[in-house]
Amino acid sequence: MVAAIVFWGLAVVAVAAGVAVFVVDSMARATYALAVSFIAVGALIILLQQSYLGVITILMMVMEMAVMAVYMVMFMGMNPALMPMDMTHGKKTAIGASAGVFVLLASGALLIPWPERRGVPAEDLTNALGMEIMGEKMLVMAVVGPVMVATIVAGVVLAAGRTRYDRLGDDLRRRPADDPQPGGVGR
Amino acid sequence: MPETVLTTVPAGWAVLAGIVLCALAFFAAALDSALSARAEGAGRGGWLAPAWSTVRLLRQRRRTVVTADTLLLRVGAAGMLVGSFLMVAVIPLGRWTLADLDVGVVWFNTVDVMVWALVWLAGWGANSVHGLVGGYRFLAHGLAYELPLMFALVAPAIAAGSLRVGDAAGAQDRLWFVVWMPAAFVIFLIGVTGFSVWGPFAAAVGADVAGGVLAELSGVDRLVLQAGRYAFLAAGAAFSVPLFLGGGAGPFLPEWAWVVVKTVVVLAVLVWLRRKLPVFRPDRFLEFGWVVLLPAAVAQDLVVSLVVVWKG
Repeated sequence: MVAAIVFWGLAVVAVAAGVAVFVVDSMARATYALAVSFIAVGALIILLQQSYLGVITILMMVMEMAVMAVYMVMFMGMNPALMPMDMTHGKKTAIGASAGVFVLLASGALLIPWPERRGVPAEDLTNALGMEIMGEKMLVMAVVGPVMVATIVAGVVLAAGRTRYDRLGDDLRRRPADDPQPGGVGR
Repeated sequence: MPETVLTTVPAGWAVLAGIVLCALAFFAAALDSALSARAEGAGRGGWLAPAWSTVRLLRQRRRTVVTADTLLLRVGAAGMLVGSFLMVAVIPLGRWTLADLDVGVVWFNTVDVMVWALVWLAGWGANSVHGLVGGYRFLAHGLAYELPLMFALVAPAIAAGSLRVGDAAGAQDRLWFVVWMPAAFVIFLIGVTGFSVWGPFAAAVGADVAGGVLAELSGVDRLVLQAGRYAFLAAGAAFSVPLFLGGGAGPFLPEWAWVVVKTVVVLAVLVWLRRKLPVFRPDRFLEFGWVVLLPAAVAQDLVVSLVVVWKG
């Protein structure tokens, strides 16, 4: 009973905050309305006894929104971030598409014959879920992780306007490096 | 590995936990102003100064700025105090805990990340240049301290084999984690001062930007945000006790008393350090955080992992 009330309360908060993203006229409010929506979803995941996934969802989303706020104001020069603004565009297409997707998903959820539960939940649900998703592929994932990090670093290096030769001179021996932004460790 | 038996107390005890946290926060504020008074040559006074400023701020009328986003401003200011209460919910006081969360360490991390949002919101909502500059300074500091802090939190969790705070405390019955994880402990304390916007990380509320995030805050708003900073400092100090300082372990005194004593000592050191360290410039500290602190934390994690694997 209590769980049901909490579930519906959080669900309403999640949807209402999600709607608020498109109703409010300030980017800061929109950003943090989205954060509130994600926090409610994270709490719902905790309600499903996936505490790790729920808490980590809240952590990631709050941090993400804080960083998004930085970039939002930094890159929106002329400044829709600071002035009242409309958060929507392409209204008719967007409303049509989202209404269609909602009807599709909701009718699927209502009409599908849901299977009965077989067996009992695992002792450690998070661990079981991880094994179910990863299973024997864990080694592959452990290898792919560093490769992805290397790709990100390589991408940043290729995209950066200044190279190590600009920083350290033609023979890479200039110390300290010639950085437009001086760092804290005096390299 | 010995299991620590924690008793989850009824929710009503949260009131007592709140009172203890407020008392610790007041102690931190009082100690700080006493040290200030001594440094300024005003003798031994200053212990009660936080009480007088509380009274003064409670009576003060709220100033407002043209087109301030009052909602976000209030959320940012009050959220700091609320966050510190959420943080202490998972800290065991000896054998008692309010919430024996199986992911208590991640919970702590989540609450400290919320400070990112709160400080920025308080800076943004005021619709003032100084406030916004303060908010951005905090985020720049956050980018520098948060990842080292996260990796520092990993070390005790690996050693205890659990994300439960009580298990981390229980795994230190022979050797406190601080002894063989000094780097993680120091980085953890750096993180605590960071999310408390305290001491070296006070650039967000610096005098050079007219108080930064605090510039436009007055009355109750200013009071709750300032109280929240001290409460976060106290909560962070309290969290270091089960994580690194053996929890309630100690001779003679009962376990809860040891937790309080250790918390007070860590808190006093953090307050005292404010006068010993300069404020870190966010742009300078960013490189220090990523080039020095982050590798140190990862190396610490490696050492801990190797020890855990070696001991089987």
